[in-house]
Amino acid sequence: MIPRSARRSLRKLALSCAGIVAAACCGCSSPRAVQPRMEEPFPKKLSDWHLFGATSPALQPNSGVVPYDLNTPLFSDYAGKYRFVWMPPGTSAQYREDAAFEFPIGTIFVKTFAFPFDGRAAERLIETRLLVRTKSEWKPLSYIWNDAQSEATLETVPDPVKIKFTSASGKLRDFTYVVPNANECHECHDNQKGLLPIGPKARNLNKDFTYASGSENQLEHWARVGYLSGLPASASRPHEAKWDDPASGSLDDRARAYLESNCAHCHQPGGQAGYTGVDFRLAQHEIAKQGLCKPPNSAGAMGALRFDIVPGHPEDSILIYRLESVAPKVSMPALSRDVVHEEGVKLLRDWIAVLPGNCPAAR
Amino acid sequence: MRRARPWCAFFSFIALLLLSGCQKPAPSAQEFQKSLQERLIAAKSGEVIDLQEGKFPISRTLSLTVNGVTIRGKGMDKTILSFAGQTAGAQGVLVKADNFLIQDLAIEDTAGDALTIQGGKNITVRRVRVEWTRGPNEGNGPYGIYPVECKDLLVEDSIAKGAADAGIYVGQSENVVLRRNRVEHNVDGFEIENTENVDAYENVATHNTGGMGVFNLPNLPRQGGRHVRVYNNQLVDNNTPNFAPKSLGPIHSLPTGTGMYILAIRDVEVFNNKIQNNNTVNVYIVHYKTVVDDEALRDTAASPITQQIFAPDDQRYYPFVRDIYFHDNEISGGGKSPDSRIPGVKALSDALGGKFPDFLYDGMVDPKWPRKSANPGQICLQKNGDATFLNFDAAGQMKHPVHDLKAYSCSLPPLSAASIPQLAASAPGGK
Repeated sequence: MIPRSARRSLRKLALSCAGIVAAACCGCSSPRAVQPRMEEPFPKKLSDWHLFGATSPALQPNSGVVPYDLNTPLFSDYAGKYRFVWMPPGTSAQYREDAAFEFPIGTIFVKTFAFPFDGRAAERLIETRLLVRTKSEWKPLSYIWNDAQSEATLETVPDPVKIKFTSASGKLRDFTYVVPNANECHECHDNQKGLLPIGPKARNLNKDFTYASGSENQLEHWARVGYLSGLPASASRPHEAKWDDPASGSLDDRARAYLESNCAHCHQPGGQAGYTGVDFRLAQHEIAKQGLCKPPNSAGAMGALRFDIVPGHPEDSILIYRLESVAPKVSMPALSRDVVHEEGVKLLRDWIAVLPGNCPAAR
Repeated sequence: MRRARPWCAFFSFIALLLLSGCQKPAPSAQEFQKSLQERLIAAKSGEVIDLQEGKFPISRTLSLTVNGVTIRGKGMDKTILSFAGQTAGAQGVLVKADNFLIQDLAIEDTAGDALTIQGGKNITVRRVRVEWTRGPNEGNGPYGIYPVECKDLLVEDSIAKGAADAGIYVGQSENVVLRRNRVEHNVDGFEIENTENVDAYENVATHNTGGMGVFNLPNLPRQGGRHVRVYNNQLVDNNTPNFAPKSLGPIHSLPTGTGMYILAIRDVEVFNNKIQNNNTVNVYIVHYKTVVDDEALRDTAASPITQQIFAPDDQRYYPFVRDIYFHDNEISGGGKSPDSRIPGVKALSDALGGKFPDFLYDGMVDPKWPRKSANPGQICLQKNGDATFLNFDAAGQMKHPVHDLKAYSCSLPPLSAASIPQLAASAPGGK
């Protein structure tokens, strides 16, 4: 559970724990220190990794486990996501401008998915995904939380979870949340047959985060704690807009950031949907390559719709049709979206509505 | 044993109730699905995953990425994976692995393709039934058995019904044998697309929109499909109205009542088949642009993606058809009512009095070919009974049609058989 109101105390606690661990850990192997594993078998219990000092009433990251978030994250059924990264002492990631950083062997990414308990501000932890850089590859692991919220257990094929809560805006959300299985992790994370982290790229990390010690740019924080080398001067770092913050970029910037974070992991050369020719990477600037007036390759029943994006006409655009569907085969992204992201769809509808140009008219 | 023993049944029932407290109950659908997917993920090379008799509801794509695994049921009518309540993923079974064998089971009512095999070597599909049980419907999945980018592939004794594109498809693959399969009530029965070295024999395609297509299309990474032998098959009564949705692309324009079409490919030998009673035409031999309608070409030209990557003028793509040899087939009874839904078919049919001959050839000739003969494409048709013929001169807008088979009465050297390790003399478990 992570009561939102408790997050500040969480951070304070994390800081004091970090201090204690640092003090207690000189030359000894503290039970509190993160226990990295770089090969099979991986621990059955999340607690065996020692990533968190405590998990109740909130996830309290252990020493060296650094929280972060992203300018524009992947939408996951309105789940709250809590991200952390850990690297072995003395190692750091190598900065890359465009791709995910080169992370050292032993790196652990930790992402916990949570939904509100119905009628309460508190959240119920559902799953914690680990992405571990082993000696040979990135290994995805899913730990599923128990009802008591005291432990999470490694599963290769987690059960779907019934979710029901009323959102802050008063909307009832009642659906089945599908937790990806070990094979499905590859569907999004694979590029050229190798599994890679998706989120932690310079442009998406390039934002301020409120650490226990105060607010700081995440890239600078990573560099300061020794997790990042090669960070260029601030003016030459790329920056991705926040999809839901008009102050962070134009409508075009925000729509493209949304497409980058929600679609580009598959829709890029070498990705699962590279064969479609559609490329939603932010670094790719041509709207034409994002599907303008492009007939679909081999989609399911789409009614009379003929093109991925019809400028000025979101209602005629297959992109919108598929984002507004939850039917298997029709819905996009193909995995891990069980409800429609209304705010995201509105952003893309607004964007398409003002795109200039025309597609060939139907007969 | 008609005479029941009610008391006996009653006591058994009580006993069952009493036992159920301590006995392990039959696994629920959710548990079956979960445990099967877990076995597929944890499988080691050489492992056989046996499935029991029964109809098992599956709500989500089952996937396999481990090489050397066998999935084996108790029979295509006994072990049924039913995806009728599919809520996640598009495919039924998705395989990305080599040395894979699947046999003796059924995959029903998937949201998308029933059995997809991507990029595998040494793949065998044996006695597998894939079916959409409601019959033809545009909402059915596009493909039944869908191996793509495979090498050394055997599909045998299998059944496909209800696919909104093709019942049994093989695409962008090489060294393929399709034999003794039955395909019904699909839009296309068989599709052999952008694929090299194929033997298709002893198959039956009936009550589809079209029986079999052998072709190359431009919108695919692997080009240059050729060398296909089609023999001892029955392609009969394929007159089910086309139910492919428009968004599936060119298949939407497949004329209802097509026995076999050969499109933009070379080196195809077709012999000893029955190709009969297909109402548009028994055999259609055509250039790419003859069958792709203007709207589709215009749509393709509308996006730079499709212009650059998928365009028919892509230098990798060769849209002409040549070196086709039909001999010793029984071809009759077709062309009685060509599909007027397709504008090109309707125009031609109107010009011909509402009927087509058995063979319809567009006569498209690459200007680069030597034009010494009246048949520069080497379309050879002989010993096909009383089959009738028309070269409708698509390039000349039907000004110079040719009905006489004489110029096409030639032969080509026989093609060699497709060779796959599964059917090599020493291969264990060939059948």
